[in-house]
Order: sequence, then structure tokens, then C-alpha cells
Amino acid sequence: MKLVIKTVVKPGSTRANKTGAWRSFMPVFDHKLCSKCGICAIYCPEGIVNKLENGYFEPDYEYCKGCGICANECPKKAIVMVLEGK
Amino acid sequence: MRKNMVVVEGSYAVAHAVKVCRPNVISAYPITPQTHIVEDLAQFAADGDINCEYMNVESEFSAISALIGASTAGARTYSSTTSQGLALMHEALFNASGMRLPIVMTVVNRALSAPINIWNDQQDSISQRDTGWIQLYAEDVQESADMTPQIYKLAEDEDVLLPAMACMDGFILSHVYEPVILLEQSLTDEFLPAYNPEFVLDTKNPMSFGAFADPSTYTEFRYKQEKAMGVALKKIEEIANEFRDIYGRYYGGLIDGYVLDDAQIVIVAMGSIIGTIKDTIDELRKEGESVGLLKVRSFRPFPTDAIRKALKNARVVITLDKNISIGKNEGALCTEVKACLHNTDNRVPVIGFMLGHGGRDIPIHMIKKIINKAKLVEKGIFVESEFADLREDLA
Amino acid sequence: MSLLKPGHRGCAGCCDALAGKFMLDALGEDVIVVSPTGCLEVFTTPYPESAWGVPWVHSLFENAAAVASGVEAALKALGKKNNTKVVAIGGDGATLDIGLQAISGAFERGHDITYICVDNEAYMNTGIQRSGATPLYASTTTSPAGKVSIGNPQHKKNMPAIMAAHGSPYVATASIAYAPDMMKKVKKASQVKGPTYVHVHAPCCTGWKFEGSKTIEVGRLAVETAMWPMYEMENGEITGVRKIKNRKPVEEYLKVQGRFKHLFTMEGRTEDIKKIQAIADWNAKHFGLE
Repeated sequence: MKLVIKTVVKPGSTRANKTGAWRSFMPVFDHKLCSKCGICAIYCPEGIVNKLENGYFEPDYEYCKGCGICANECPKKAIVMVLEGK
Repeated sequence: MRKNMVVVEGSYAVAHAVKVCRPNVISAYPITPQTHIVEDLAQFAADGDINCEYMNVESEFSAISALIGASTAGARTYSSTTSQGLALMHEALFNASGMRLPIVMTVVNRALSAPINIWNDQQDSISQRDTGWIQLYAEDVQESADMTPQIYKLAEDEDVLLPAMACMDGFILSHVYEPVILLEQSLTDEFLPAYNPEFVLDTKNPMSFGAFADPSTYTEFRYKQEKAMGVALKKIEEIANEFRDIYGRYYGGLIDGYVLDDAQIVIVAMGSIIGTIKDTIDELRKEGESVGLLKVRSFRPFPTDAIRKALKNARVVITLDKNISIGKNEGALCTEVKACLHNTDNRVPVIGFMLGHGGRDIPIHMIKKIINKAKLVEKGIFVESEFADLREDLA
Repeated sequence: MSLLKPGHRGCAGCCDALAGKFMLDALGEDVIVVSPTGCLEVFTTPYPESAWGVPWVHSLFENAAAVASGVEAALKALGKKNNTKVVAIGGDGATLDIGLQAISGAFERGHDITYICVDNEAYMNTGIQRSGATPLYASTTTSPAGKVSIGNPQHKKNMPAIMAAHGSPYVATASIAYAPDMMKKVKKASQVKGPTYVHVHAPCCTGWKFEGSKTIEVGRLAVETAMWPMYEMENGEITGVRKIKNRKPVEEYLKVQGRFKHLFTMEGRTEDIKKIQAIADWNAKHFGLE
């Protein structure tokens, strides 16, 4: 890494930092209960809950920090937080 | 007086020089004795004679901050300030340099408070020595004006990219009326290319500026600034020569000499005091004294090699400082000239005098007195550094 | 995908990250963002990385509005302004305290900029010290509750009113707990010509001491108790208010936060909670929330 003059940094380059390693609890999405409302995606602070082609949602576990906002906000209780490694 | 000369105030000559450099954004906050420069620029803007955004900001801190934003967006930027205003900018000065933004500012040198005082010394810019800004000091009004396009060219050089201060002594140069040649637009367009930085705030190429550096990366930012100052050392000479080729005027590059080569006693100084020293030397030379002058034009980057060479034949070196590092009992030139000679074989005594604080006049007889005092070193009486112009009734 | 990219170092459940994401979702790519020093700035741009997918600049703590005004002036001078909006997004310390003068100057000059304050009611980046936005009786590291202290003794500064007094054509309050509403207001602020201001309430799990999963829930409680009134002002007049159905007592908001815990554990604090309730009552009446 050579230091670029003007302290310039490339856009979106934090993606190199996989914050999924921070996680203690992981959100597990139950599509059977899901109403596809998308609130989980809206309120994800990492912006990593993605809409699938079938209209359901899944987090990108490479970055999910396991904050649990998605599970807390899901109106259908379709997301549960599960201790990592269990 | 030459045919194309006009008699104008120093501030006007500088404002006019700024105008022909075609800045895109000017920010201004008034402070004596800088006011006439920003007033003249405001009038140019009001008359449509300058095509720029002229920002009346609410403080010097915002003046420099607005230029940080404007420069990051790719604009050629200008401001001018002095004294308290420069001190208020202090934090942002480091920032402008660390972000490698070639902001240009005329510093109209003035004393710092307390006690409040509006007159000239150089404590203000000297106190900003370590902020990573280039600092050049002008001797007279013409040099103050001519320094403007030179310093833009230097600051904006792609291997330099550092902010720069063009320093001129308050009142002595800013408010004096002198015959000068106003810089020609056509020559300036030939001399100073447009500013086209590689990276700017651009929605088509959305880079981030001003990132957070932890211990693993911070040092290299400082290292690169120092390297850029090293490049500036060479460029200052080159640019002064280019300026001479186009405009026909020259003031020295990093330094300049006046009957220096054979001089046994060399006075080192910078700013408007140079003119008085030259007059003093003229008188002393007629009396057979071997006195010469080393004018320091670039204080940052500091021309260590050039000064070492220039002082190689000197038997006594006198530094004159319109500033003091309180607690060291020395001005900055004294400290730095001593330091640059230290790791050499040249053991010439360097004797520092501080004078001209808060606008106190520096007449020829005072410089003669200083020289006589310094000469005592040859009789074994050594003066390390002292105030040259104390009033005994107050001290 | 959001223009605020993942991999940033915000806490799990971070309010600032949500505010930044909603802002960019509302504004799209034709925006230049200016950040003062603060959590959002630090955790999004650890050199040599950046989470920003739009052009972004950080200079110092107290000068974001001045920097933004300089960016705007430069775009105009260079003929590059077009529809590009310059938006500053800073925390409450950078906005209500140290950066207030620069904001005042920029708004007086009338630049076409939007300033967004992400208000998490204390200096979180330095470790939860009180700011001018810290509410009455909140315990922070510099206004701790103790044997002779009930937490922060001052009222929260009314920053939106200060901005409206500058003649701003559009001032709004919003909350990260109401994402569509916040995005609508940010978008409107960016479309109104001139200096506009959006003050976004943003519960900080780390500083307010609640679980990160509750960030949105706590934000909702602030609105539902009228502790955070949501309204729009155009040219100094209130033109829109978010009404509350069945306003909740402030205890429901206070008791879920560790920073107010002392109000429930120390003796004789009922009167103090009443004083906080009075703030909510004033908000409800003044803004016509019910």
C-alpha cells in the first residue's frame, strides 16, 4: 500500500473489513413467517439485509454484526437471534 | 520611474496580483492591517473585474475552513489574514497541509496580543512555522505582488501540493504607496497554468478525503509532507528563474545576497527590514567595513544548504528577528541559523538580536549599533542573543 | 445496495450508521457529503478505507458547515454546481456546541447546502460526555449522577429554533426510528434552494445504555412520549407535525435507558421525572402533537 497524495481513499473500500467476525448472536430468517415487508432491510445499520429474487430477505453474514435490530423490529417475529457456534 | 510603473498602495498591488492569478474562491474576514487587500478584492468582485466566488465569512477559522472545502472541490483559493486571525486559523492550518491542499494566503505580518497591538512584527507567521505551510517573506511591495503567482505555481505543483503563505510586513508594506509594476494578465496567464488536481470531490469519481489514520499509517503522511517540502526547495529557485524570464524581475530564490561573498560580518534577516539593512551596509561599506546581507526569502522550507554555503566565509553572523520564542530568548532565525551550521566545520559565532516588536521602528543607527556590539565577539566578548531596542525607561 | 457500504466500524446497532444510510438512500449519488469529526466520520473512514460511495470530505470538528459552504462556492465558481447537493452531516456536539458559529455563518450567507444533525445527545466518540443536546437529568461521564447530582442539570438546546431564526427556508426534525419520514424530509431539504436543516434524533445504544437491538424501539418511544417532537418549518412557520395517538408517559422512554436509571433507583426522584414529563407536555402543547 503506497500512500496516495491528498489522503484520498477509494469509495466503499471498507468492504475489505469483514465485520461478521464481531458477531455473538446471528439472526436466522424464517421465510415461512416472513411477510416480505422489508423492515429488516430498512433498519439494518450495516445495509446488508438483501432482498432475494423470491422476495424474501437474508443478511450477508460476512458483515452482519449481530446487533439484532432486524429481529427486534420484525412485525412477524420471523427472525430469531441464535448464539453463534451452537 | 519606469514607464509602466504606477504609484499604488502595497495592498492594492497584492490584490491586483491575486486577481490576475484568477482564483475561483476567495474567503475573507477583515483584520487590520490586512483589510485593504480584501477590500480591493471585494471591489474587483463588485465591478465584475474578477470571476470568482467571494465569501464574506464570519471568522478567520471559517475563512480557512471554507477554502479547505473549496480546494478539495478543485478550486484555486485565496485568503489573507494576520496576527490574531492567523492564530485563530492555527488548527485548520495543519489540516490544510495534511490534506495537501494548495491554498494560498497573504499574511500581512502583525504582532500578537496581549498587549493588543496592530503594528508589524513577524510573531504571527513564525508561530505557525510547524503547520506544514510554505512560508516566503517579501522585502518590498513589488516582491509582495510578484510573490503571489510564484507561490501559486509552487503550491500547486503536483509534486509539492502544500498550502503557502506569502508574508509581507504589515503597514510597512501593506499601507505604503510605492511605484510598482502591476502584474500583467497576459504574462501571468503564460506563467501560471490552470489548477487541475488529480483528485477532487466529484460525483463521477466519488473519492473520500480527510480519512482517519491510526498509528500504522499516520507517520507516512508526515513523511510525505516533509518530502514535498524538499521538492519545494528546488522548485522555489526554478520558479523564481521562470518568473525572471517572463516578467524580468528577480528577488532571489530561497535566499538572496547583498555584497555577501566577501563579507566578514553577515546579517541574516527577512522581510521589509532588508531595505534598511541594505542602506546601512551601503554606508558602512563606504567606511571600509566588511558587512554583507543574507536575505532569507524562504523560511519554510528552510534553505539549510543554501545558508551553509552563503555563510562559509563569514567571521561573524548576526540574525535579526521580529519575533521571539519566549523562554529561549531567541528569535526563530537565530535558532535555525545556528542549528543549520551546527553539524558543519563552520564554527562562526551566530549572534541574535530581537527587534521591531509591535511595530517599533528600526532605524539605520540601530542596525549599526547591533553590528558594533556583534563585533565585540572578535575581542572575546560574546553576546548570545538579546533585545536590541529595549527602552531603558520601561525595561 | 446502500451507498454507505458495510465493513465500517460502527457499533452493532449504531444510530449514526442508520442516519448516514437513510440520508444517502434519500439523496442518491448526486451529492457531496461533508462530515465533521465524530463517530460517523471515524468509523466510516479508517485509512485506507472508506464506507462512502459518494464523494466525501472530513476536515475538523467545528468547521463542517464552513467546509460545505466552500465546496458549494467552488462548484459554483467552476460551473459544476448543476443539481449536485452539498450536505453536511454531523453529531450534536459538532452542531450545537463547537460548530455552531460556522453553521450560523454558512446559513446567513445563504449557501445551497443541507445540514443534518444526527443527535445522539452527547459526545459519544470521546466516551459519552455531555453536550448542549444532552437532555435534563441524563447521566453522562461529565454529568454523572451521584450523591449530590441527578445527572445533566441543563435543558437540551433548541437547535431547530435557532436554525429557523436564521431564515432557513426549511427546517425539520426527524428520527432514525421513522425511516420513511426521515428520508422524505432529507430529500425535501435537499430540494429546497438555500441552506436547510434537518435535526435527526438518534438513540445511541452505547451512550444511552440499552441493547443494540433496541435502537429503533427507543427512538420510537421518544416520539410516542413527545420527548422528541417531529415537525417541519418552512420560512420560520411550522407547516407540518407528526401527531401522536395515545401519548405514553415519559417513564416508558426513560426506564429503558441506563442513562436515566438513577431516576428510578435513587430515593425521591419522582419530582424529577415530573419535570421531564413537563418537557414532554410542553412539546405536545407547543407543537400540537395530539
